[in-house]
Amino acid sequence: MYSDKVLDHFANPRNVGVIEDADGMGEVGNPTCGDLMKITINVADDKTISDIKFQTLGCGAAIATSSVVTEMAMGLELDDALAITKQQIADELGGLPPEKLHCSVLAADGLADAIKDYRSKG
Amino acid sequence: MSDQDSIYLDHAATTPCDPRVVDAMNPYFTEVFGNPSTMYEGGRKAKQALEGARETIANAIGAKPEEIIFTSGGTESDNHAIIGLAEAGKMKGKKHIVTTPIEHHAVLEPAEYLKARGFELTILPVDEHGIVHPEEVKKVLRDDTAVVSIMHSNNEVGTIQPLSEISKVTKEAGVPLHTDAVQSFGSVPVNVDDLGCDLLSISSHKFYGPKGVGALYVRKGTRIRPLIRGGAQERNRRASTENISGIIGLAKAAEIALAEMEVTSARITKLRDRLVNGLFNVLTDIRHNGHPTERLPNNVNICVRGVEGEAMLLFLDMKGISASSGSACSSGSLEPSHVLRAMGIPQEVAHGSLRFTLGKKTTEEQIDKVLAEIPAIVDRLRQMTPYQQPPEHYKMPEWLAAKA
Repeated sequence: MYSDKVLDHFANPRNVGVIEDADGMGEVGNPTCGDLMKITINVADDKTISDIKFQTLGCGAAIATSSVVTEMAMGLELDDALAITKQQIADELGGLPPEKLHCSVLAADGLADAIKDYRSKG
Repeated sequence: MSDQDSIYLDHAATTPCDPRVVDAMNPYFTEVFGNPSTMYEGGRKAKQALEGARETIANAIGAKPEEIIFTSGGTESDNHAIIGLAEAGKMKGKKHIVTTPIEHHAVLEPAEYLKARGFELTILPVDEHGIVHPEEVKKVLRDDTAVVSIMHSNNEVGTIQPLSEISKVTKEAGVPLHTDAVQSFGSVPVNVDDLGCDLLSISSHKFYGPKGVGALYVRKGTRIRPLIRGGAQERNRRASTENISGIIGLAKAAEIALAEMEVTSARITKLRDRLVNGLFNVLTDIRHNGHPTERLPNNVNICVRGVEGEAMLLFLDMKGISASSGSACSSGSLEPSHVLRAMGIPQEVAHGSLRFTLGKKTTEEQIDKVLAEIPAIVDRLRQMTPYQQPPEHYKMPEWLAAKA
């Protein structure tokens, strides 16, 4: 059902945790299935994501997409990080089962929410 | 991981075929292969075996052989019962169906199908343990009720219904009562007169028989229309050349289940209690689902705070442990367990549901292995969760509830 890469990110998730006094924080959830995600970021030079951490309450795909999106976003300029799509997240993991594609939406939304939060603080 | 190390605790999903069942079935693939509808020797032998199996199943549930229809399994038996009774009732002007919210989809979806075709559907309430109360049944019965379908025991939480009380109500009203006994048969005593039901579904692969075969009991005198047409088999009630090897397997599995039930159930009950008690010892913040006493001997259903069910299943699988969950994420449908929800369990609690169903090969060592592995799995997932509410705040965050 899951690719090896999904299982790897699920069993060995990257960048788990919360950045203390983070520059931006995103909180998203899927009210239908009940998954919850929190992403915190630090931004260097008002430009690039210098640190990123996540916490997720959810299934294997929710954890794996959260983990992989932190890897993808680390070191990216904010606009490039915002441009990460659910499809890119799924592709990065070697694909997701169709019923799990919504998990990659949550990961993309969580990251976007964190960047928006950072920008809203001006 | 070798097969010997793997721990299978999903017997409500399916069971391995008993080797004695396979041995009994084998001659009916290659030697006694005749069509039972034919008159020559090969056909007669097959017919004889078929009727012997029918007698075995009838005896197993306290019925008469002519009251047994062989089917392709529990799903077909349920579909046949609901749709067959509704269509027979319709010819007499009946248009009302009654069932419960905790039924298997093999009952709920035919009921919805009939609703879309003009029947009125009443879904009865259940209490927090998943029990249907007889007085609730009494309240909704009408002169034009064509069928009441209430499962004997629930596949997710193991709750057993007070069917002998419920059937008094349906009998008094003269309404046929169907019960899905798929999870019960082979595990607890099932007798159609004790239960007072008019129709009853069973499925072979839930009690160590082959997949793809089951039976529907229809009490003599109950009017029911066929579901599958195209032949005179099963006294014109179910067309199709009989699945002889499967039916022989079903009968052999039933025979073994009944002979061994008392000993097996007593042993499994002990192991189940060891698992439940153990889970409460090794884990904090869990809840137990289903009736405390009126339950199947092999079912353990819990909800674990701060983790999601499928994630637990994946880690358990990595340790060679097979279990099940009612979480939305494990269902493929995005909906959490309709059974847990009907029992009033909030969605975010059902999110962390975990079911273990024990079987006749389950050992104490296996239970202890599960108890040894699960704390680390839960801890690991809890460390990842963004919300560490205390149990009394164990509910959906307001910001998320607002979106629901």
